Amino acid sequence: MSKDKRISYLINLAGICVMFVLFVLLFESGALGSRTSYIKGICTTACYTIVMVTSLNLLTGFMGEFSLGHAGFMSVGAYASSIVTGFLGNYGLPPVLLFIIALLVGGLAAAVTGVAVGIPALRLRGDYLCIVTVAFAEIIRVAFCNFEITGGGMTLSGIAKLSNFYWCFWATVICVTLMYMYVRSRYGRTVVAIREDYIAAAASGINVTYYKVLTFTISAFFAGIGGAMYAHFMTAMIPTNFNFMYSAEFLTEVIIGGTGSLTGSIIGAAFLSALPELMRQFSTYRMLAYSVVLVIVMIFKPGGIFGTYEFSLTRALRKLKNGELSAKKKSTGGNVHEE
Amino acid sequence: MKSENKELVLEARNLGITFGGLKAVDNFCLKIGKSELVGLIGPNGAGKTTVFNMLTGVYQPTEGSFYLNGERMNGKKTHQVVEAGIARTFQNIRLFKKMTVVENVKAAMNMHMHYGLLASFFRLPSYFREEEEIDRKARELLAVVHLEDKADYIAENLPYGQQRRLEIARALATGMKVLLLDEPAAGMNPTETAELLDIINVIRNQFQISVLLIEHDMSLVMKICERIQVIDYGVTIASGTPEEIANNPRVIEAYLGKEDEEGEEIC
Repeated sequence: MSKDKRISYLINLAGICVMFVLFVLLFESGALGSRTSYIKGICTTACYTIVMVTSLNLLTGFMGEFSLGHAGFMSVGAYASSIVTGFLGNYGLPPVLLFIIALLVGGLAAAVTGVAVGIPALRLRGDYLCIVTVAFAEIIRVAFCNFEITGGGMTLSGIAKLSNFYWCFWATVICVTLMYMYVRSRYGRTVVAIREDYIAAAASGINVTYYKVLTFTISAFFAGIGGAMYAHFMTAMIPTNFNFMYSAEFLTEVIIGGTGSLTGSIIGAAFLSALPELMRQFSTYRMLAYSVVLVIVMIFKPGGIFGTYEFSLTRALRKLKNGELSAKKKSTGGNVHEE
Repeated sequence: MKSENKELVLEARNLGITFGGLKAVDNFCLKIGKSELVGLIGPNGAGKTTVFNMLTGVYQPTEGSFYLNGERMNGKKTHQVVEAGIARTFQNIRLFKKMTVVENVKAAMNMHMHYGLLASFFRLPSYFREEEEIDRKARELLAVVHLEDKADYIAENLPYGQQRRLEIARALATGMKVLLLDEPAAGMNPTETAELLDIINVIRNQFQISVLLIEHDMSLVMKICERIQVIDYGVTIASGTPEEIANNPRVIEAYLGKEDEEGEEIC
């Protein structure tokens, strides 16, 4: 069993490398001409959106709790990391190192906030918890509008431009892989058990509060990393960027992609972050089309497009080998899935 | 009494709980020896499930205390009580419905697993070792309740009787010493009930587990319980062997009502 799994990890790693090479070829060959940097930008946006949406899916899909404050954690990560890189910027550190430091600082700051919010908030469930997360995000936003170090309601600009697509690609791959590993371990099993029936989970010896706070913290950690990528991509930001609508957007993407499917989150996030850009010429009807898509998906596939299905490269390859050429082959943003 | 010859496992002393002004259970005493089977019966609303909820830390008793192997269990949370060794099943089945049968059992083994976050993130050897071991153990436990061939089914797709058995397997997975069964035979057909009886015997003999059973099926209770305790309106009205209970006038009264009282009503 473990041998199969290890081989499967290697196959997935190879698959990701192939995808990375394809991206490099696409961007470096100049095939896209003058639009290269524009499309790279969209892809980078897709990267941090993927991290945000998968991290929210840990809560919504696997733990079964709705959070409408994920942009709050994102902003904590974004501000913490950009303040730190602002200080470290003059020491002549190599940009890669600075980028990694930024991500870790962003993640840790958000994780600490996650613990602080999670311990009192996770005594609540469902609607009540949802309201608390909204309140938390609002508090963070208002606080950042008033702190001097965060620009005090003005734009915080001059953040080092560290997030290029290639680094963000690997950061996203690592984040999604780690979250996948979390979900497919005793932790994930426990969290799903809590989602299914918290009373039975407690009666099976599971410390419900502990695992909920832990998952909340991990989710916040990755949201912080997403925020750090965002800040060093945008290079300027204002607390009102991280408003309620932004949180709601993440939640929408989780639900559209499929609650409980990381594949769904990845594809949902990649698609929905590229969609507004692709539809720019129809900007008047953009939001209308978006809403119609949402309604249609919810009517015909209430569990999201992917439900709880996970794409597995290993499985797809096996099917191909067995001559089932009908095996659906998808390749979008960081497909790191074993069986 | 039999329990006196056996090693005492679970003991409740004067356990009581009050909700608002209502005394739901009062002065509840119980002794269960090793691998003993005790029945807890009483009319609907007598407080049987409340007793279970107190013994599993769902409710905190307002009076008295209970002990597992001499250790006082009051004030412990449900998961701590389970860790100490008291597990239960539910009157209305509570499975992890969307998980597979074997995952249901594995989830209950979580407290016996030790690999940490780093091991799961980076797939360290301890992850593979423990996951493999737990998979083997979970399948063994499923064999005890005759569900080994259903291991990869989604739990909610099992028929009713098998869901009940899965709940027992999940309770077994916690490695408990006392099992509280809340109406395990409810809604089962005679074949399923017979199968359940076999499983209960295996649990007692092979795993040396004591069982406290709530059940409305009197023939079942009379057949398998070594001792029976009857409660009504939260108060223990009788306790003894099945024969003693069957002939106890207070028990008959609690279940069927007083004869002369009814006569008065008619007049």
